[in-house]
Amino acid sequence: MDHSTERNLSTYLTGFALAVILTAIPFALVWGGLLTGPAVYVVIAVAAVIQVLVHLVFFLHLNLKSTPAENLFFLVFAAVLIFIMVGGSLWIMMDLHHRMM
Amino acid sequence: MADSAQVAELLEHEEKKSLESREFGFWVYLMTDAIIFALLFASYVVLSKNSAAGPTSNDLFDLGHTAGETVLLLVSSLTFGLATIAMAAGQSGRVVQWLFVTLLLGLGFLAMEMVEFYGMIAKGAGPGTSGFLSAFFTLVGTHGLHVAFGSLGICVMIGQVLIKGLTLPVRSRLLRLGLFWHFLDIVWIGIFSVVYLPGVM
Repeated sequence: MDHSTERNLSTYLTGFALAVILTAIPFALVWGGLLTGPAVYVVIAVAAVIQVLVHLVFFLHLNLKSTPAENLFFLVFAAVLIFIMVGGSLWIMMDLHHRMM
Repeated sequence: MADSAQVAELLEHEEKKSLESREFGFWVYLMTDAIIFALLFASYVVLSKNSAAGPTSNDLFDLGHTAGETVLLLVSSLTFGLATIAMAAGQSGRVVQWLFVTLLLGLGFLAMEMVEFYGMIAKGAGPGTSGFLSAFFTLVGTHGLHVAFGSLGICVMIGQVLIKGLTLPVRSRLLRLGLFWHFLDIVWIGIFSVVYLPGVM
């Protein structure tokens, strides 16, 4: 019992430390104006995606072994829906915007 | 004698099964909520440049304020995790303490968001001013509303832990509330990455 509690605490602290680092990087870049142009967007997007994964693994305790398969299935299903709906909306609206210029 | 023990065992098994199916149902709800937020993000991205000659994101956003909100929400995720650990160890006093700290951090976040919204509306940048501001208030306001309901949930769970103790259903509810709270922090990552950071560049 004690051992698993200890491991749990270190899981949360690891996740927290990673989340702080992944938040600090994009804020520092934008604040300090260290990078300009599209590179900043790439860094922000990559840091955000990694941080979402960190939260899912360290805070929501998702993993391929103990998480029920149907939960993972639903997560992937939602991700596919989001990809189609958000990607599709942005594609159509950007295209429309481009043609209206 | 043996019969009643068997019945008790059976009942406990059934209770566990029913709680497991509730946890799955809550997970399904969270995924559908993620889809709602994703579409609000898409609307924001489409509308973010349509400021109708009114104030733009560059005039309105204060990155220091956003950083403060981010810190409050991230630390509150950690303190909820500490409450979960205390729950696993069966220390109900600790659970209530950490939940209370989480509640204070959540309320602090809400207060900061209120200050930001009131400041913007006072500057004439309310949700009716432009497409950009409508999308902004819808997205960030929906997240704030979720945090408000999460805080209400924490109040309810503090009461349940104090009155009922750490029974099986209370543990399950606390775990589900934890999922909800961590999920809100994930949505906030999207908000500062999509709304605030690109907004001030």
